[in-house]
Amino acid sequence: MADRSRERRAAARVRRLPPEAGILLVLLGLALAFELLGWILVRQSFLLNEQRLVVMILQVSVIGIIAVGVTQVIITGGIDLSSGSVVALTAMVAASLAQSSEAMRAVYPSLTDLPVIVPVMAGLAVGAAAGLVNGTLIAWTAIPPFIATLGAMVTARGIAKWYTRGQPISMLTDPYADIGSGVVPVVIFLATALLFHIALRYTRYGKFTYAIGANREAARVSGIRVARHLIIVYTIAGTLSGLAGVLTSARAVSGQAGMGLMYELDAIAAAVIGGASLAGGVGRITGTVIGTLILGVVTSGFTFLRIDAYYQEIVKGGIIVAAVIADQYRRRHRLTGT
Amino acid sequence: MTGELRPDLLELRNLSKAFPGVAALTDVSLRLRHGTVHALIGENGAGKSTLMKIVAGVSTPDAGELRLEGRTLRLGSPREALEHGIAMIHQELNLMPFMTVAENIWIRREPVNALGLINHRELHRRTRALLERLAVEIAPEVELRTLSIAHRQMVEIARALSYDSRLLIMDEPTSALTERDAEQLFAVIRDLKAQGTGVFYVTHRLDELFAIADEISVLRDGRHVGTDSPRNLSRDDVIRMMVGRELAAAPAHTPAQAGPVVLSARGLGVADEFHDVTFDLHAGEILGVAGLVGSGRSKLAEALFGLTPATAGEIRIGGDAVRVDSPQASISRGVGFVTEDRTETGCFRGLSVLENLEISVLSRDFVRWGFVRAGAVRAACGSMVGALRVKTPGLDERIENLSGGNQQKVLLGRWLLTAPKILILDEPTRGVDVGAKAEIHQLIARLVADGTAVLMISSELPEILGLSHRIMVMHEGRVTGILAREAADQVKIMELAAR
Repeated sequence: MADRSRERRAAARVRRLPPEAGILLVLLGLALAFELLGWILVRQSFLLNEQRLVVMILQVSVIGIIAVGVTQVIITGGIDLSSGSVVALTAMVAASLAQSSEAMRAVYPSLTDLPVIVPVMAGLAVGAAAGLVNGTLIAWTAIPPFIATLGAMVTARGIAKWYTRGQPISMLTDPYADIGSGVVPVVIFLATALLFHIALRYTRYGKFTYAIGANREAARVSGIRVARHLIIVYTIAGTLSGLAGVLTSARAVSGQAGMGLMYELDAIAAAVIGGASLAGGVGRITGTVIGTLILGVVTSGFTFLRIDAYYQEIVKGGIIVAAVIADQYRRRHRLTGT
Repeated sequence: MTGELRPDLLELRNLSKAFPGVAALTDVSLRLRHGTVHALIGENGAGKSTLMKIVAGVSTPDAGELRLEGRTLRLGSPREALEHGIAMIHQELNLMPFMTVAENIWIRREPVNALGLINHRELHRRTRALLERLAVEIAPEVELRTLSIAHRQMVEIARALSYDSRLLIMDEPTSALTERDAEQLFAVIRDLKAQGTGVFYVTHRLDELFAIADEISVLRDGRHVGTDSPRNLSRDDVIRMMVGRELAAAPAHTPAQAGPVVLSARGLGVADEFHDVTFDLHAGEILGVAGLVGSGRSKLAEALFGLTPATAGEIRIGGDAVRVDSPQASISRGVGFVTEDRTETGCFRGLSVLENLEISVLSRDFVRWGFVRAGAVRAACGSMVGALRVKTPGLDERIENLSGGNQQKVLLGRWLLTAPKILILDEPTRGVDVGAKAEIHQLIARLVADGTAVLMISSELPEILGLSHRIMVMHEGRVTGILAREAADQVKIMELAAR
């Protein structure tokens, strides 16, 4: 008897831990594993290198920004496969408006550069428009989100190529390039995550998002305008992909139609590793941020150990599946345990 | 004649079955003779389906035995039942729309050639032979989705017969059929009888009983009330057997306080669901809606609330004609709706009690600049949980960890937070234990005493009779009568509901 009650109290304590605790342990475990392997294989510290940590986060910031949007889509029970293509499209449009006119000034002395706000806003607008199309299709027709955003993925990539007939866009203005320089993407990533963490936890927007994902029909009965809300969520996801596109082109100081390839899958992986459930109703930005960092640790850890890039992908795939299995196991356990 | 010595096709001896908290069947004994139709009738929840599931091997009895032609039968699965020649035709057809008729019938048993590939010629020949036996003209090679409901039903019967079934169970086979299609089905059933097949026929419709049955058995509250030949029974006899004595535990009745009309329907209809519904609902009144499943009562509730907008007629809320084409339109005028299906359209699984409660008020209250005033909401939900006496460890407990009755209280509380003027309740106590049921009844009575108008749909006549001030009865999409509480009893309601 005493045993039973002690067990129950322990179980209650475990349940009171935030759901991210488990995945945070995975992150720390991976980091420590690389630290250990670092000392054994290359006789260096993995973690005690500020430079490496900054680069690590920098590498995944763009994915992280997309993942913040995708997490919200996944919470509604949907999916967004178009993010990577939208990155390419916005990168092209924004870069085309951010081109420096210096070279042409010999011929047309009156030419001036557009203020940096123009390409940035245009990029965000293109992303928002793509999300609006996705959301409208999904909310007003019976098309599953997978199909609607698959179509958008192909189409947006197509428009990105058509825009310059496949030519890259280079010679961008310095102020534009500054957006992607240094730790600016990291700051933007963390700010975005914080913003939507607050939105999901403390606003009506967040409550409705979870409710729709948990039970769409019950949400409708409760008086939530489900269609309108879904459009808003997909538009936000699109806008964040647009932001990611602007950062990508600014950092590369060019726009290329091949940018953002497979970013959508990394973003979905980050969200899922972070505990978001594709069945809807479950997911948190904090988890997604940790999921993003796990992807970053794996990538930079393998590079650090000078292990072939091919292994990276193999391991990454395994981690994604393992995370979902662990998550389902945990959930089933909790359901039967109570 | 050896017929006298031949044992019955199926004998059910003292079957009992309990589900957690409910005795679904108690000590039921029945006989089905060769070449006869044995009809089962009873109110919703009388135990008909449970009994048939046992015969079809879907569930196992807690006590009692089945004897097939004199031999004891133990069924562990529907497949074993099929092997013994017992096939069930379900209320919802279990067919695959994108496969052909022949494939649907012979799935997993297709004739194959030497290479293991399906021999389509043989498959179609067998199918044609089977369908000829039923005297229906359906081509074996057409896709199922192109067929009418009646023809799909025939395919389902053909599939049942393809197992050389001697015993068919039909669970409300005519519920989706037109009268003419039903006639064709009856002709098929008569043919099957002539071939010696025994049929268990579950129905809600009294007319059919007398058209097709050789024997009628009535179930009530999981017990066998009686069996007789239709020649010895009148419709009134059957109704009386279905309804039985007045149940002792009828909930307390509240006096009417008819205030002004707050909700009215004039000639309201939804195409293919219900037609020409007209009624007034007063403040401080409970209007009970009775009717069998499929009578259109739930669709009526959905139309009044705006989930399935009406295609004909008019809704007036508080005297104004309102176009109720979305839940927002009715909610903004003070209407609340607790749906009949807690799991499908009520609870947000995985979310907390708090999140399940607050959702309906966040559109109007407790929000500033988009931010939820967490403290205020928590206080309001906390006092609601207290007032409804919801048994939960706390507001942060997940809804699925609560009992059915407590979940139902939370769903009621969700709407009470909006202080509704009109509350539509569809089966407010379905699947709720006795204690919680009484509490919910008291709660409804208290709301009405405070001037709320309630439209309450229920399959339980004691609930309808005990709570309602007036009772509207529906049958096959039409209102067949509105009775004053004093003039209503179970027999009158069943007469209007079952026709």
